[in-house]
Order: sequence, then C-alpha cells, then structure tokens
Amino acid sequence: MSDGTAKTTPLYEQHQQAGAKIIPFGGWLMPVQYSSITDEHQAVRNNVGVFDISHMGQLTVSGATSAAWLNRMLTNNVENLEPGAGQYTFLLNERGGIIDDLIVYRTGLEEFLLVVNASRTEEDFAWLRKHLADGLRLENRSADFAGLAIQGPNVTELFNLLFRRAVELPLRNQIATFEFLGVNLAVARTGYTGEDGVEIFFPAEDAPTIWNELLAKGQPLGIRPCGLGARDTLRLEMCYPLNGNDLTPEHNPIEAGLGFFVDLGKPEFVGREVLTRLKESGTPRKLVPFKMKAKGPPPRPHYFVWRDGEKISEVTSGTLSPSLNQGIGMAYVPAGDAKLGRELEIEIRGQKFPASIEKKPLYKKP
Amino acid sequence: MNVPDDLYYTESHEWVRVEGENARIGITDHAQAELTDVVYVELPKVGAQAEERTQIAVVESVKAASDIYAPIKGEVVEVNEALSSNPALVNTDPFGDGWIFLLKMSSADDVKQLKDAAGYRQAIG
Repeated sequence: MSDGTAKTTPLYEQHQQAGAKIIPFGGWLMPVQYSSITDEHQAVRNNVGVFDISHMGQLTVSGATSAAWLNRMLTNNVENLEPGAGQYTFLLNERGGIIDDLIVYRTGLEEFLLVVNASRTEEDFAWLRKHLADGLRLENRSADFAGLAIQGPNVTELFNLLFRRAVELPLRNQIATFEFLGVNLAVARTGYTGEDGVEIFFPAEDAPTIWNELLAKGQPLGIRPCGLGARDTLRLEMCYPLNGNDLTPEHNPIEAGLGFFVDLGKPEFVGREVLTRLKESGTPRKLVPFKMKAKGPPPRPHYFVWRDGEKISEVTSGTLSPSLNQGIGMAYVPAGDAKLGRELEIEIRGQKFPASIEKKPLYKKP
Repeated sequence: MNVPDDLYYTESHEWVRVEGENARIGITDHAQAELTDVVYVELPKVGAQAEERTQIAVVESVKAASDIYAPIKGEVVEVNEALSSNPALVNTDPFGDGWIFLLKMSSADDVKQLKDAAGYRQAIG
C-alpha cells in the first residue's frame, strides 16, 4: 500500500496496531476505518470519537502588518478576530477560484495560525510566500505538529476526566492552550462533524502519549478511534464541503454557497473583483445538497446528474448517510435548477435513480 | 477468519457451494470483513448468462462499490432477494443467508479449477 512517497503521521504505528485499514489520502497514508465506518460515525453522533488529523498543515504568520496582509490574502475579515479567536476562510487565486479552505486563528495580536488541508499545504505555503509582504515571517510548521479532532457530545466530559476537574473549553471557534501530561495543547473548539468537539494541536513527538491517554481515559464515555471514512459521512450529512471534491480552483465560494465567509466589504483581497461581479450577477451554477428518494445504491463522486432527461452535472460528494440510512450527496447544478425540492436523477451504472434537492444540513439530530 | 472446508473459492474472494447441478455463490468472510458495512447489493438478473471471471453483481459499502465476478460459467437461476431489504446479511452471515446468487453450472467440472479451502486460506494469509 505504501508507494514510498506517501507520508505517515506520528500515529501510524498506533493505527496499525488498532487494526486500521490504511489508504493514501492527499499524499498521506491515513486510516480510513478501524472497525466499521457506520460504528465510528455513530460513536461521534452519540458519544465521542477521535480522529488523527496530523496530516493537516499548520502555517504561522507573524509580524506587525500580519493582520492587514492576511486580509489581502484571505476572504474573511481577520480584523474581526480577537486574539484567541478563529474563523473559516478561503485562499483564492486571481480568478476567484478556491486554492484552499482553511481556519485562521489569531494566536496573538500580531500572530496567526492557519490550519490548512493536507493536500494543499505546499501549494498554500508557496502561494503565500510568493505574495509575502516585507517584515512578515511565514513558516510551514506542519511537520512539527500532530493534530487530533475529538468530536461528539461527550467531549466536555472527556476533558473533565482527563484533567480531573471541570474544564472550561474555549467557546466555539476559539483557541486556548492547555497543559496536559507536560505537553502544551492548542485546543480549538472547531470540527468537521456537526457535533460539539475540539481540534487539538501539539508537538508531533507527543502524539502516541496523547492518543493512548485519550483512548484509555475515554473508554467509559464510549470513545472510538475514527477514520477518514466516518469523517466523510459526518461532514457530508452537515453539507460541509470537501476540498478537492466540492471545492477546487474551478469553483468559487459564492457558487459553493459559502459567501458568508467572504467579506466583500474589505477594500482589497485576491479574487475580490471576480467575486463582487458574481455576487451581483448571480453565479451560473450552485452547489446543492440532495437526497436519494428511495432505497438503492448510494451516490458517489463523478456519477452523472440528470434533470428532465438532460445531463446537467456530476456528483461532487456522495455516500450513504449512516444517520438517515439514505443516499446523500452534493452537486453543482445550473442556478435555475438550484431549487428546494427540485427533482434530479443520479446515474449509477447506467441506471437512473431519483433524488431531490434538499436543505442544508442533510441531517439534523432529532 | 472463517473458511469452510466444503466450499470452492476464487482469488477475487467469491465462494462457491455445489448443490447438485447448481452452484450457490457469495463473498467470503474475509471479503466482507475487508468491505465492512455492506449497504447495497446489486443482484444479477435471473436468466442472465454468467461468464467466468466477468462482473455479475456489485456489493457496495459506505466507502466504495466492489464488483463481484462469476467464478464459473452458467445461467443465473435464483438471486437472494432478501439482500434488497437487508444487505447487511452479507456481513453477518456471508456463507449462509448472505449468499448472492445461484448458477446452473454449464459444466460441473469447472469448479475444479477453483481454489479449495486450504488454497484460499493460503491466498489470504
């Protein structure tokens, strides 16, 4: 399975010992599942699950003008961030196409942490370095950090157990430092599952210690190690986009329905002209979530989407929702078709199966 | 891993049980464990002509769709309709209620080219 070039996280041995199935993902060898995607999915919806996200990239920016510079590089407004706060944002090219979607944290008045997609880390870093303003320091710290996403309704209880006291987790989208087993953990109240949870970052060499401790202490709370498979089903039920599938340089945040994370009020940022124009004129296509109308094979990326006998696009993300036990997905469709309830057909091995456009999120807890 | 002695096996992880002139076919315990969480089975059509080592059914897990191949030549005479409502039978009882289709064999000798249990055990390590 290893092709010699794929990277491994500091938890690779732990994954193997836990019986994980390993797949290549974004240049990394990552666990796709340990036991069953459905079981891991349910562990996160009902208890708590832990994902190795050490493959994700960490870039740091510091210097007196770092906020002003990042505001020209990213779509959201970093001036809105107090130290300790983070926001979802986009890195665009001049055509308004999405290079990456990421979270930027203001870790100090003049210091920022960017947590970026694994497969885009090098490209983001090169792009930012090319545009770097004088007097700023930009570093790719990805190899130094391990990361874990701890997700599910029992996350607060888990931290209480770990610290043997009532822990105040940071508020949603905030980041704070905790010392645990002598290790400094950057704990951010963020996630990609739709459940309460945190993402933590800490020195790579401490990863096995932290991982083992979490799984041991979390046992009474039903903790499970979770792989990329469950990560995908969880995020898709929430309609969170996946870079490379739903977001690419051929797509922009407006047509992806993510204009909320673009501040067109800022005087200048890369891609602003194109996005302003698109916002006014409307985009020719839109990303929509859909559900299959009957039991059948689940939709998957690249399956054709039909409407009234006409092939209109391809599925960008698709799976069987473990929560709904129903096929779900997302696709870009012509703006005229992007209507709630609009009937579509998904072509699966030459046969067409009915689907309909639904509201975000595709799954809500009862 | 369960590998019953009385069955024939393929390298692509199908099992074959000879029942008179027919052969019942499913996927092995090893295969279902690798796939996990079978969520859909696309059954062949009754009456379809199966050619050996050609794709005849599809088993889908949450993550991926996997082709199932006809181990031997024959005609599909029955399919396991229970899988339409309960595809997880492939996981819970791969050699029993999780069977996929029944072939009327073109030649009863064809199964002799398949692996026996010992050979299959060796193949899956």
